[in-house]
Amino acid sequence: MIDEIQKTLLEQVAGLHAVPEGAYNLRANGKTAERNTTANIDIISKPDGSGIEIHIKPGTRNESVHIPVVLSESGLKETVYNDFYIGEGADVVIVAGCGIHNCGNQDSEHDGIHRFFIGKNAKVKYVEKHYGSGEGAGERILNPGTEVTMEEGSYMEMETTQIKGVDSTERSTRADLAAGAKLIVRERLLTHGHQSAVSTFDVNLNGEDSSANVISRSVAKENSYQKFVSRLHGNAKCAGHTECDAIIMDHANISAVPELTANNPDAALIHEAAIGKIAGEQIIKLMTLGLTEEEAEAQIINGFLK
Amino acid sequence: MLTLENLSFDVADAKGEKGIIKNLSLTIGEGKFVVITGPNGGGKSTLAKLISGIEKPTGGRIYFDGEDITDKSITDRANLGISYAFQQPVRFKGVQVLDLIRLAAKTKLSAADACRYLSEVGLCAKDYINREVNASLSGGELKRIEIATVLARSSRLSVFDEPEAGIDLWSFQNLIQVFERMRENTKGSILIISHQERILNIADEIVVIADGQITKQGSREEILPEILGTSAAVDACSMFYKGGDKK
Repeated sequence: MIDEIQKTLLEQVAGLHAVPEGAYNLRANGKTAERNTTANIDIISKPDGSGIEIHIKPGTRNESVHIPVVLSESGLKETVYNDFYIGEGADVVIVAGCGIHNCGNQDSEHDGIHRFFIGKNAKVKYVEKHYGSGEGAGERILNPGTEVTMEEGSYMEMETTQIKGVDSTERSTRADLAAGAKLIVRERLLTHGHQSAVSTFDVNLNGEDSSANVISRSVAKENSYQKFVSRLHGNAKCAGHTECDAIIMDHANISAVPELTANNPDAALIHEAAIGKIAGEQIIKLMTLGLTEEEAEAQIINGFLK
Repeated sequence: MLTLENLSFDVADAKGEKGIIKNLSLTIGEGKFVVITGPNGGGKSTLAKLISGIEKPTGGRIYFDGEDITDKSITDRANLGISYAFQQPVRFKGVQVLDLIRLAAKTKLSAADACRYLSEVGLCAKDYINREVNASLSGGELKRIEIATVLARSSRLSVFDEPEAGIDLWSFQNLIQVFERMRENTKGSILIISHQERILNIADEIVVIADGQITKQGSREEILPEILGTSAAVDACSMFYKGGDKK
């Protein structure tokens, strides 16, 4: 059974107040705590204990899988490999997320490596949230890795959010797209204190008419550091767009490194990157509506990261 | 209700201090619809910014309902009941039209109530309420949303800086009606900076400002015939010639 701290973490990372509907696998402090499978979605532990496999039958529609992870013991370090096999024509929502509560002095770390194998014409919405809490001196470290293999005509929408409390993150995402496949990534990030977040995307547009849109919006406050690397490789007639939009505040430091490579004359690739502080006139406008400067700033950041 | 007393605003330029507003005094009465007009560069927008607190005067005092607000912040003035519509509305990534109207109204307005303000400014509300106030909106759309935020505040004094700027002729016809309705329905005072005859036409009072000073002031009946002829053009020229030697 899960305790109160774990419940709070669960609410933050998966919006869960109770045991979710449908298939789920809850991992708490390094062990599977609860699991449920459905007729169409099977979850099995890997024989070597390194993670789980999620098998979604072809044609499965309107079902969801929740695989939240919570860590509430200080000093716990784990690396988990989870593989998702999504059958042809399926249409599912997958919610992952990791919450760390560290009130001790040792670092807690969760490195989740998620591999997706998305069958022909399948549709996946993947939501991943990160959250850290606890007052201990030990760091809360999350290093997610995502590898996506998309077959013909498949579609994936990936939403990642990390708003609070994670001290160090290195995210790496790699995707290979076959003909007609479409990938959309939306990253939301807020760092503060001395936090550091590095996010690297490698997208290979291999098939004809494949397309990708990688969008990052982030706010770096206080002394935090962010780096966003987005590499699109156009290996066929394809369309790729990447955009990084960042607000910098206080003494923060942000790098945006878009990289486009076209290996085919019909590859259409675009990148946009902008880093700047909150525009003074935005604050003034909200002040003319009666908000204080601090309230105006909070509203602007909220909207930006929504 | 609003009194400007010997107001001055100087800025530093290459030749030293330059007066943008020069010892200007003006009173806006309760419930009045006042239009400020005059040549470009005459100080009209600066005056609006001084009233809303975006700029601080280098001399003189500002009183609102008898209270000296000269040293009050933008936020304080807003909360006392002064609204200000920007000449060039600000864009916000991620902030939706509904958010902005709710912030303006200071209540958790229902979407339906917020829509009323949009309909008021001639926008089909359901198409806009969930749009982001970002670069995807045209200048005219932004301008209407800006006006809607001021309407939602139903302030004691609403200041509009060139509401017609950036709006095409077709949308403008519509906008005139917005101000005509506002004139009828609003209990507060309205101060509009405008060059448009049709806006001047619905004013109670017209104030002409050139070179940081009031050159004409009075009722519409009195002032409008004077400036519709050649006098406004003469104002502009006299200002232009001041920079050179031509007399």
